[in-house]
Amino acid sequence: MIQIILKRILQGVPTVFGVTLITFLLFNVAGGDPVSLYLGKSANPKEIELMKKEYGLDQPLVSQYTDFLEEIVTFDFGKSFRTRDPVADMLIDRIGPSLSLTIPSLILITMIGVGLALISTYYRGRLFDRMLIFTAVTGMSISFLVYIVVGQYFLAFEFGLFEIYGYRDSDESRWSYLALPILIMTTVGVGYDSRYYRAVMLEERQAAYILTAHAKGLSDHRIMLRHILSNALIPIISRVMISVPFLVTGSLLLESFFGIPGTGSLLLESLMSGDLPVIKAFTVLVSILFVLSNIITDLLYIWADPRVRMQ
Amino acid sequence: MNIPNTTFQDLRTRVTQKFRGSPVAIFSLMVIVVYAIAAVMVMLGLVANDFDARVGEKFMSPNATSWLGTDRLGRDILSRIVYANKIAFIVGLVTATLSVLLGTLLGALSGFFGGWVDAFIVWLYSTVESIPYLLLLIAISYILGAGLSGVYLAFVLTFWVGPCRIIRGEVLKLKEAEFVIAARAMGYGPMRILFRHIVPNTLHLALVNFTLIFVAAIKSEVILSYLGLGVQGEPSWGTMIDQARAELVNGFFWQIGGATVAMFLLVLAFNIATDTLQQALDPRQTR
Repeated sequence: MIQIILKRILQGVPTVFGVTLITFLLFNVAGGDPVSLYLGKSANPKEIELMKKEYGLDQPLVSQYTDFLEEIVTFDFGKSFRTRDPVADMLIDRIGPSLSLTIPSLILITMIGVGLALISTYYRGRLFDRMLIFTAVTGMSISFLVYIVVGQYFLAFEFGLFEIYGYRDSDESRWSYLALPILIMTTVGVGYDSRYYRAVMLEERQAAYILTAHAKGLSDHRIMLRHILSNALIPIISRVMISVPFLVTGSLLLESFFGIPGTGSLLLESLMSGDLPVIKAFTVLVSILFVLSNIITDLLYIWADPRVRMQ
Repeated sequence: MNIPNTTFQDLRTRVTQKFRGSPVAIFSLMVIVVYAIAAVMVMLGLVANDFDARVGEKFMSPNATSWLGTDRLGRDILSRIVYANKIAFIVGLVTATLSVLLGTLLGALSGFFGGWVDAFIVWLYSTVESIPYLLLLIAISYILGAGLSGVYLAFVLTFWVGPCRIIRGEVLKLKEAEFVIAARAMGYGPMRILFRHIVPNTLHLALVNFTLIFVAAIKSEVILSYLGLGVQGEPSWGTMIDQARAELVNGFFWQIGGATVAMFLLVLAFNIATDTLQQALDPRQTR
C-alpha cells in the first residue's frame, strides 16, 4: 500500500512541474514584462527598473524560473505588487470567508443531489423523474450571472429576505450575509450533480447483482439504499473529492457581487490590477491541491474496490 | 477484438431514429436552425444593422418600433440581441471547431503511437486540466488582451483537453479492432490506418464534444464579458447582461430579460440536442 501511495505521488510530480512551467510561460514570458504591465504605459522607466530589481525580474528568465520553483518549495511566494504584503499571508487572510461559502454549499449540493437522484432512480421514467430532468436541464441552460443578478435583485433587494451586499466576520452575522450566495451556489450545483448521480445510479440499477437481489425477493427500498446507493458511493466520493480544490478558490463571481472578501475576490482584484505574484501563487497552489485530491481519489478507489487493487 | 467498423450510415440512422422519436429533440433542432439562420442573416447584413444606432429615447418600454424597448443609449434592444446571436454563433463555432480538431488530432496521435508521443500528450493535458478552467481562461485572455481573438485562443487552449482525453481512449480501444488488423494486413501505412480507418470511427465522440464545447463557450463568454475581457465594441449577450445590472434598480428589465431568454433558448436547445445525440450514440444510456 505504501508503495502504491509513493508511486502515485511520484506520478503527480511531472504534472505539478508542468503547471509551474505553464504558469511561468504564461505570465513571465507570453505576457511580456509583468512590471510594465502592472505599472501601465505611462510609467517612468526608472520606476520600472527599480521595481524589476526589487522583485528579481531583472534576472535572466532561467533564474526567474528557478526562483519561482524555490518559492513553491519553501511556500514563500514573495510580496504582492499591489499591497506589498507577503502573498502567503494575503491568501491565508482570505481563505476563511471562501470556505464559509463553499463548504456548506458542497455539503448541501451533495446531499440534495444524491437524494434527488435516489428518488429519481426509484421512480425512473415517471413524473418525478421527468420533472427532475426537465428542471435540471432548464437550470443548466441559464447563465450563472443571471442567477446572481436576479437573486440579488429580487430576493435581497426587492423582497428583503437577505442581506444585499457585504460581509462581517463574526459568528452571529456571517451567515446572514452568506445565506443568499450559498443558496445560489447550491441551486446551480444541484442541477448538474443530481443529473450526474442519476446517471450513475441508473447504470448500477442495470447491474446483474440488482437482478439477483430482486430475485431473492428483497424490497425495492432495501435495494435502493443498501445496493444501489452503496455501490454508487465510489462515484459520489470521487465527485466530491474533485470539488475539494475548488473549495479553496471560492467563487469569483459570487464573492465579487456580494462583497465577500474571499480568495475569489482576491483573485479578481489581482487579475484586474495585474498583481502577478498573487495570481501565480494562487494558480500553482490550487493545481497542487488538484493533483493531490486526484491522488487521494485514486487511493480511495483502491481502498474501496478490491478489483482495482488487483490490476 | 471484434469492434464493428461503424459507417457513417449506421450513425446517421441511429441519430435520425433517436431524434424522430422525440418531439422535444426535434424542437431543439428547430431552435438551433432558426438561430443559425438569424446569425447568417446578420452576417449578410440583412437584419439588425441598426444595433448601434440611436432609435429613440433611453430606457423605452416595448413599443411598435422597438419591440423590446431601448437601452441606456436609446438603442433598439431586439436588434442588439439578434446581433449578439451572431457573436455567440461565431464564438461557439470557431471555438468548438478548433478545440475538437486540436483535441482529436493530439488524442489520435497519442492513442495510436503510444511511447513518448503518448507520454508527452498525456502530460500536457493532465497539466492543463489541473489548472482550474476559469482561472486559465481568465489568465490567457488577460494576457492576450480583451477582444474576440483573445477569447478564441483562451477557449481553444482550455477546451481541447476534453475531446483529446476521450478520443485517445477510443483510439486505444479501436487500434486492436479487427478492421484495423485487416488494414494492417493489407499493408497500409500507419497514417492512412489512423486517419482513414480509426479516426472516422471516433466521429460520434467528436460531434458530442463539439456541442458540449459550443455551449461551454457561449456560457463562458458571459463571464469573460462581465470581467471586461470579452467582446469589445459589439453587443454580446454577456455584455448586455452585465450592463443590465445597474438598470434593474431603476426597474428596467427588458435588456437583461431579453438577453437572458435569447441565450437560454439556444443553450437549452443545445443541451437537449447533446443529450439526444449521446443517447443515440451510446447504446448503454438508452434505457
